[in-house]
Amino acid sequence: MTLPRTPSQTVGPFYSIGLSRDPQNELADPADPAAIRLTGILFDGQGAPIPDGMVELWDGVGRRWARSGTDGEGRFSFVVTKPEARPGEAPRFDVLVFARGLLKHELTRVYFPDETGANAADPVLAALDEDGRATLVAEAEDGVLRFDIRMQGDRHTVFFAH
Amino acid sequence: MAQADAESPVVLPDDPAGGPEVQVDYPGYRSTRWRVAERPLVTLPEEFHRLDGPVFGADAVGELDNDLTRQHPGEPIGERIIVTGRVLDEDGRPIAGTLVEIWQANAGGRYRHEVDQHPAPLDPNFSGAGRCLTDADGRYHFTTIKPGSYPWGNHDNAWRPQHIHFSVFGRQFTQRLVTQMYFPGDPLMEYDPIATSVRDPKARSLLVARFDLDTTRPEWALGYQWNIVLGRGGSGTTPLETGS
Repeated sequence: MTLPRTPSQTVGPFYSIGLSRDPQNELADPADPAAIRLTGILFDGQGAPIPDGMVELWDGVGRRWARSGTDGEGRFSFVVTKPEARPGEAPRFDVLVFARGLLKHELTRVYFPDETGANAADPVLAALDEDGRATLVAEAEDGVLRFDIRMQGDRHTVFFAH
Repeated sequence: MAQADAESPVVLPDDPAGGPEVQVDYPGYRSTRWRVAERPLVTLPEEFHRLDGPVFGADAVGELDNDLTRQHPGEPIGERIIVTGRVLDEDGRPIAGTLVEIWQANAGGRYRHEVDQHPAPLDPNFSGAGRCLTDADGRYHFTTIKPGSYPWGNHDNAWRPQHIHFSVFGRQFTQRLVTQMYFPGDPLMEYDPIATSVRDPKARSLLVARFDLDTTRPEWALGYQWNIVLGRGGSGTTPLETGS
C-alpha cells in the first residue's frame, strides 16, 4: 500500500503566531564558552531582505533542531554548539528555509569555516564548484559566524532537492 | 522559471503530472517570483537524507495547547469545530509522538498578527495557535473555531479560502511538512493560487478535510477528519550531481 503524500503549502506571512510563540533559537547556553553565535540575512532575488521568513537548523546526528524567524532586516540568529560529524563528512547543520512565497520549504546546509580539512574531504562540498561551495560555509566575523542565504541571483545559495 | 507578473493568470489549468508536488514557481502566487530558490536544485543520494529527526518529550506541549477555545478567560466567537486525523507515512504506518503545530485566522478572518490589517475585529478570546503530539496511532486532535476567509493583496479581489496552517515534523527531517488544511465545499478554492499551485486536482483534494458526523459531538461541535501523509524521507535517488 502506498498512500499519496500530502502536498506542501506556504507558511504564509503569519506563521509566527504558531511557530514562534517561544524562543527556539538556542541549542546552547549563550554563556557556555563553546557556544557559537550563528547569524545571517535571508535575501530575495532582488537583493532585498526577507522580513517574514523562518530558518530551521537540524542536527541529524545529535537529533537537535532550532528555529529563528527573520526580523525586519531579514536577520535570523542562533546560539549553537558545533554538531558532531558523521564519518567521512564535515560537521554541519541542515538548514530549512520557510517564507511567504515559498510553497515548499527549501533545503541547504551550513558548514563551519574552521573545519578546512574536514570541509575539503566532505563529499557534498567536494561535488560543488568553488562558488557553490562558498555559499555553504559560514564566515567568521567578529566572533560570530555569518551565514547569509540568497534565494536567487548570481551568488545564490546552493539548495538541495528534497 | 515561470515569471510572475501583473499579466500572469491567477489560476492555471489543472495538470495531474505534478502529483503531490506543488508547482513552486506557480506564477499566480506573486510572492514566488523573487523568493523561490534558484533552480535546478542539487540532488543528493538518498543516503544523505537518512537522518533521524528530533524526539519530543511530553513537555513540548501544554495541557490546553490543543484546545484553541480554552486559552482565554472567555470563549472565542465562531463555529466550534473539532479537527482530528492521523499522521502517517506513505506505507500507512502511524507516526507517533511527533509535534503538530497549527495556526489560523479567527472567525472574522483576522490573524492576531501586527502585519494583518484586514478590517475585521480581533477576538480577545482567540489567539489562533495550537499544538499537540500525536498519540501511538499517529493521531492528533484539536478543538478550535472555524476560521474566516479574508482578502489579500495578491491580485484584484483576492480572497483566501478558509484554512488552518499545519506544521508537522515526522521521523526524519526530509519528512518535514508545512501545509494548509481546507474545508469541504469552499467556493474560493478554485480561485486561490496557493491551493491551485498543487496542479493535480486529486492531490489538491488531499488538502481538504472531510466532514464527519461520527467526529461531531452532539450539542457541541462539528467534526472534521484530515489525515496527513508524509514521505518516506529521501527523494533523491540518483548520484550526487550539480544541476547547473
